[in-house]
Amino acid sequence: MDKEQIDKIVAKYHGEPSALIQILLDIQSENRWLPGEALQMVAEALDVPLTRIQHIATFYKAFSLVPKGRHEIHICMGTACHVRGASRVLDTVEGHTGIKPGETDLDMKFSLETVNCLGCCALGPVIEIDGKPHGRMAPAKALEVLKNYE
Amino acid sequence: MSEILFTIDAKEVKATEGMTVLEAAKSIGVFIPTLCHHEKLEPYGACRICMVEVETGGRTRIVASCLYPVEPNLVVRTRSQTIDKIRRVLIEEMLAHAPDSVQLDELAKEYGADRDRFEKEPSFCIHCGLCVRYCAEIKKKNALGFIDRGARREISFIPKLAAEECWNCKECFELCPTSALQAAYVLAQALSPV
Ligand code: SF4
Ligand code: FES
Ligand code: FES
Repeated sequence: MDKEQIDKIVAKYHGEPSALIQILLDIQSENRWLPGEALQMVAEALDVPLTRIQHIATFYKAFSLVPKGRHEIHICMGTACHVRGASRVLDTVEGHTGIKPGETDLDMKFSLETVNCLGCCALGPVIEIDGKPHGRMAPAKALEVLKNYE
Repeated sequence: MSEILFTIDAKEVKATEGMTVLEAAKSIGVFIPTLCHHEKLEPYGACRICMVEVETGGRTRIVASCLYPVEPNLVVRTRSQTIDKIRRVLIEEMLAHAPDSVQLDELAKEYGADRDRFEKEPSFCIHCGLCVRYCAEIKKKNALGFIDRGARREISFIPKLAAEECWNCKECFELCPTSALQAAYVLAQALSPV
């Protein structure tokens, strides 16, 4: 992320220090993670101590301080999905991508996370890729879905 | 400023509006233990060791004296079975994190705390926030802050600032009730680019 992109986001919020979390969310969604230099630039632009930005960036799970893959897979491990076999889906996805929850593969293709209930239990087991939910998953079906992502 | 009359441990106190119970107690020589309080810093209320009983209108409540503002006719008790028990458990919990703290050791003796009640999990920091707040409020350098949350919360120096500012200051070192701060600083030194 370069200075220009950061400045644009900061300008969108008129450089208001109170918009810090919004600004970080915007950077997160454009860049998929928050690089150290970006945080430094935000600190300077808003005149907010870097310690406060670090505090927030490490507090919320929505932020990542490590690079993320092009596609983010969220596998629901909530109760409803769990009883319908979510752990088998997770095992299969782990096997296919070679990564565990919290990790990103070397090609930067996928990042994997588990979540606890996506709010559509009737569709369980559910996996979500880049925000799009895929319901009634089974190990083989999950692999089919993953094939659609480059 | 209007004068407020009330009692602490059955002693009459004259305080002014806006004072905390802790400040009022100090003014008449009643000691209340504290860990996260510092006269020059904004009240924080993190450690809860300063808990006291306050009675108003026949109801008793347990409050943090470093935060609680004085009110007329308040009846404050700084020691009681309940208070001593609360302090004892807090000390036992904190000792699991910082077993070598001299301050905690003294408190443990006073309140009969069992050093080994909880399994040791030395993170050394008890999250009093003195170092972080001192650097932010007094020195205005913000060289260190808290990161992460819950059980994984810890202090962290900004390596660049630690290298530029901290060596000549180190004023926060003596505030730390444990050895966590110095350890974190040594680590930041090792990581700093300079
Ligand atoms: S390092 Fe020491 S002073 Fe800083 S928050 Fe932890 S216990 Fe308190
Ligand atoms: S448990 Fe998976 S969507 Fe609710
Ligand atoms: S001294 Fe009051 S909460 Fe720590």
